[in-house]
Amino acid sequence: MRIHEFQAKRLFAEHGIPIAPSRPATDVEEAVAASEEIGLPVVVKAQIHAGGRGKAGGVVVATTTDGVRRAAERLLGAPLVTHQTGPEGCVVRTLLVEKAVRAASELYLGVIVDRARRRIVAIASRAGGVDIEETARRNPDAIFKEWVDPMIGLRPFQAFRLAHRLGLSGPPARGVAKVVVSLCRLFREADCSLAEINPLGLTEDGEPIAVDAKLTFDDNALFRHPEIRELRDLNEEDPLEVEATSVDLNYIKLDGNVGCLVNGAGLAMATMDLIQHAGARPANFLDVGGGATAEMIDKGFRILIADPDVEAVFINIFGGILRCDVLAEGVVAAAEAVDVDVPVIVRLEGTNVEAGRAILGASGLAFRTASDLREAASMVAAAVKEGS
Amino acid sequence: MSILIDDSTRVLVQGITGNEGRFHTGRMLEYGTRIVAGVTPGKGGQDVEGVPVFDTVSEGVESAGANASIIFVPPAFAADAVLEAAEAGIALIVCLTEGIPVHDMIEVRRYLDLCGAKLVGPNTPGLISPGKCKIGVMAGYIHKPGPIGIVSRSGTLTYEVVHQLTGLGIGQSTCIGIGGDPIVGLSFAELIPMFEADPETKGIALIGEIGGSAEEEAAAAIAEGVTKPIVAFVAGRTAPSGRRMGHAGAIITGGSGTAEAKISTLRQAGVRVAESPAEIGALMAGAFAD
Repeated sequence: MRIHEFQAKRLFAEHGIPIAPSRPATDVEEAVAASEEIGLPVVVKAQIHAGGRGKAGGVVVATTTDGVRRAAERLLGAPLVTHQTGPEGCVVRTLLVEKAVRAASELYLGVIVDRARRRIVAIASRAGGVDIEETARRNPDAIFKEWVDPMIGLRPFQAFRLAHRLGLSGPPARGVAKVVVSLCRLFREADCSLAEINPLGLTEDGEPIAVDAKLTFDDNALFRHPEIRELRDLNEEDPLEVEATSVDLNYIKLDGNVGCLVNGAGLAMATMDLIQHAGARPANFLDVGGGATAEMIDKGFRILIADPDVEAVFINIFGGILRCDVLAEGVVAAAEAVDVDVPVIVRLEGTNVEAGRAILGASGLAFRTASDLREAASMVAAAVKEGS
Repeated sequence: MSILIDDSTRVLVQGITGNEGRFHTGRMLEYGTRIVAGVTPGKGGQDVEGVPVFDTVSEGVESAGANASIIFVPPAFAADAVLEAAEAGIALIVCLTEGIPVHDMIEVRRYLDLCGAKLVGPNTPGLISPGKCKIGVMAGYIHKPGPIGIVSRSGTLTYEVVHQLTGLGIGQSTCIGIGGDPIVGLSFAELIPMFEADPETKGIALIGEIGGSAEEEAAAAIAEGVTKPIVAFVAGRTAPSGRRMGHAGAIITGGSGTAEAKISTLRQAGVRVAESPAEIGALMAGAFAD
């Protein structure tokens, strides 16, 4: 789960990571009032979940009240298009009004899980404000890492070593080391999957300050963090995906023309690949899971059909725990209730497959049944060709 | 032969009195798995499908001689269940639970590495040595004893591959789901050399997917000296970057973990990689014919 910068900065403050005085605002007057309270100059920052806001004009320095007003009027309610949002952009509903900070230098600091080493790793570089992936490509030697042994946690010497490798010494080194320790602690305590300060500014006096803040959380751990779960912003998510999540379906909208409904994440990805291999493009990822009920299948099918780009539907089920007859009942119920005007290709295999095929056959609906994946692929290709 | 489990494996079921634990205990017994004990804290003294239930894993190990365990425990308690099994001396722990927090698994894996217990999963259908032993929830009837070892990050996609192989008359020695999470126990790179050393296994199928570097590590292990033919498929060529594709571990981050990179690394190690999931079985049959 992602959260906004202003929410992340609140968590930073609670964990002793220095930030500039700031206030969120959801309308123009609130933004102006915030700037007067904080004192000019301020930075007005669009709060959307995507990165690349600065280059897209979503971060504005204002030296006058009028400047704050103009920035707020322009940004609020309008879509902001960055290299991460896609062409339709993301509507700005909240601004963060923050005291402008003069940074003498900018660093990068991030914490992630290193899957290969199975440990938390703290990452730092002198190239603040630059994507860490870009630094990794251009100048991998400029990236420094410290791995955290889960038995003993991040030790102070490691945090200091990281600061030292960045070329710091004296009070700035100690200050940055303290931020590293705090960020790692926040990362572990809040069950983060990413914690990033990019850039971490160093003032003329050598004081560190988090200029930006990015935190993402492990969805699987939200059950033990109710206060973080409340920070979820459904406006930032695709409405079909939100609807799917509410019935425990795993749906991701893509930009193709063949909708697919599959049980199991691996088979669902493989089915998308199969669709592409057959010369069409997948319109979505939809994993109905191992324990899907007829209601969930019904709901999933309706979500698929609701996508206007879908020209054909491919249902691919390998029944294990999910029985083919249960799947067939759900699909028939959905297809009878909604007007389906695209070809539906069904491939069933596994537990109770005969019963499932019988239910589809007896429904009187025009399902096209494939006996294996190879046949299904050519039926998908043929269906898309008919439509075009 | 087979790897990790055979007809002498003595299995303990953690969470045996829950719906899933109870149901699959029945299915595993039907398949012929020797289930010797079950554990649910606070429910010792009962029995499920004729299997005695204990309060703790250590009791199950002492009284019934269990040497493997399968875990059907909800995510919030699953890490503790794995640690309890390891501490009790269980050598092979199979954790099916989906949704365990990553930070819990970091700590669990560190402890397992210290005490030497082997973990399959979490977020796996388990493993099966056809005709001998099933520790998992896969449908037993699609399998057939034979020469192919299968390692996979997926559940139903593995069933698909098993089904294709069985349909072509090619059986399996052991099929292992390593799990779809970012941090798992036994990896491709650890399991493939076990298949290489198993005289009954004549070929290996690897089913990978986007995210992480398990396939790249497998390629390195293969290049180091695996002589048996290996066929692979990597799911997720069409997956968008930055989105989690169902499995917690299936995500391309910052341009790394793509299917293309994994496929090309595997090919460099001499692995035959299927272009379409419909062709995996046929590719294996072809590898055998050569």
